[in-house]
Amino acid sequence: MANNLEERVPTVIADNAHVIYRIYGSVTAGSNSPVASFRRIVTGKKSGAVREVHAVKGVSFVAYRGEAIGLIGSNGSGKSTLLRAVAGLLPVERGSIYAAGQPSLLGVNAALMNDLSGERNVTLGCLAMGMTPAEVKEQSGDIIEFSGINENGDFSSLPMRTYSSGMSARLRFSIAAAKKHDVLLIDEALATGDAKFRRRSEQRVRDLRAEAGTVFLVSHSEQSIRDTCERSIWLEKGALRADGPTEDVMKEYEAYMRK
Amino acid sequence: MAQTVVAENDTGLPLKELARRNGLSAAGALPSLSAYTRQLWAYRHFIASYANAKVSSSLGTTRLGMLWQVLTPVFNAAVYYVIFGVIINTKAGVGNFIAYLCTGVFIFGFTQSTVQAGINSITGNLGLIRALHFPRASLPISVALIEARNLIVAMFVLMTIVLITGEPLTVEWLLVPPALLLQSIFNAGLAMFSARLGSKVTDLRQLIPFIMRMWMYCSAVLYPVQRFTDHLHGWKLELIEANPLLVYIELMRHALMENVQLAGSPRRLWVEAIVWALVIGAGGYVYFWRGEKGYGRG
Repeated sequence: MANNLEERVPTVIADNAHVIYRIYGSVTAGSNSPVASFRRIVTGKKSGAVREVHAVKGVSFVAYRGEAIGLIGSNGSGKSTLLRAVAGLLPVERGSIYAAGQPSLLGVNAALMNDLSGERNVTLGCLAMGMTPAEVKEQSGDIIEFSGINENGDFSSLPMRTYSSGMSARLRFSIAAAKKHDVLLIDEALATGDAKFRRRSEQRVRDLRAEAGTVFLVSHSEQSIRDTCERSIWLEKGALRADGPTEDVMKEYEAYMRK
Repeated sequence: MAQTVVAENDTGLPLKELARRNGLSAAGALPSLSAYTRQLWAYRHFIASYANAKVSSSLGTTRLGMLWQVLTPVFNAAVYYVIFGVIINTKAGVGNFIAYLCTGVFIFGFTQSTVQAGINSITGNLGLIRALHFPRASLPISVALIEARNLIVAMFVLMTIVLITGEPLTVEWLLVPPALLLQSIFNAGLAMFSARLGSKVTDLRQLIPFIMRMWMYCSAVLYPVQRFTDHLHGWKLELIEANPLLVYIELMRHALMENVQLAGSPRRLWVEAIVWALVIGAGGYVYFWRGEKGYGRG
């Protein structure tokens, strides 16, 4: 992609990054009684109620400006966790992740308030991304139009709990894509929504990239990775398995998945 | 094998050095206290609209909606009126016991509900925290704002009760806003303390009801403060009199009511109220900021 090495500006650097989740309250059979809890405290044994999940194990890569990078891997391989760590939303246990500016994560499970109307969620989401009230006012009309939630009637004034899952995913994508990001992290967002919205959102991802950003995309749809990304990173069980041009990585991945 | 990790870093520099040369910052690094404060100020509109959104989403499913903001304190006062004014009909050595009691209950309830909401403000919003970037102190601060707003409505109910029970409207009522402001700063600090504690020590939530009940009995809410001054001596009395909630309750009683016997001189109460607000407000803020990096971890 970059023909001159000097021009390549790194935007995200992961240096041997490890992410560990600590989960409370994962009670296994036999430990769920007051006596068992008491025994744990007395014997000083590490509580069975706290378990550690080593989700990302020493991943290193360098991402450059203008790249769109697909993250692939089977379910539970640590793709979404890695994105959250790049966004600085999950602390890394060891190693470090460096980023230019503030990476923004756009995920299908980004929690907005379900009891509020779409319009108010747009306002709240934009403010949470650091926009000023004037910018929010200016853009909220465009955001709702881009999301297309009003195509079947006036849904933007209804609470988000009344939306179909596709509609709310579209609204979340539209909110996050309204702002220019140095680094945009997209978690399966393009997989939801109908064909028309998918085309529109893929166009928007290309626009965002053209504005000198870097885009990471997590998706199980091989087609949307092939369409938007020229480089891919393959994670398996939290470790990096391959990193290179999408075509090469995809071939290996498909061979692995068929096994 | 498309293992190009090493080849990608074609400059041959260690990754850390490459990051430094290109001015990349570590994701999730702790900003300095002043930078954090500036960030928080830039997010003031988010804090306000989040507080509004939280109130309307919690009341949005009820039919009476926002009316509950007025009805809740009215019912609260009615319960105490029925029990202490009608059934027990106690005076407890205080001229206007209903007004005395309601002031204590409302002012104590202000801090109590802030602590209870504050302790959940991180653990209850993990989805939001893991999805979006904003200074996390926005959450406990908006909790404190919501409760302060609820209290302002409750204060009108309280003032009505105080007037109905025969207290005159005096110049001293002007002391109500500064007393509430100090208590709000104290509460915001407490909300930040409990937010970080609650996110680390998940067992704390089970203990909060007992801690708050103990605190209530030490704050002369349900009985006159003379019970303490008559029966306690030395360090025990000092400890009780330094209790910040006792101080804020006494200040409010002093402002709203005539002929009420205080635990200390008004001047001493004001000094204590200011010191508590500054210490807990600033202390809670610094304590919360120190943990900023770890709030996403579940």
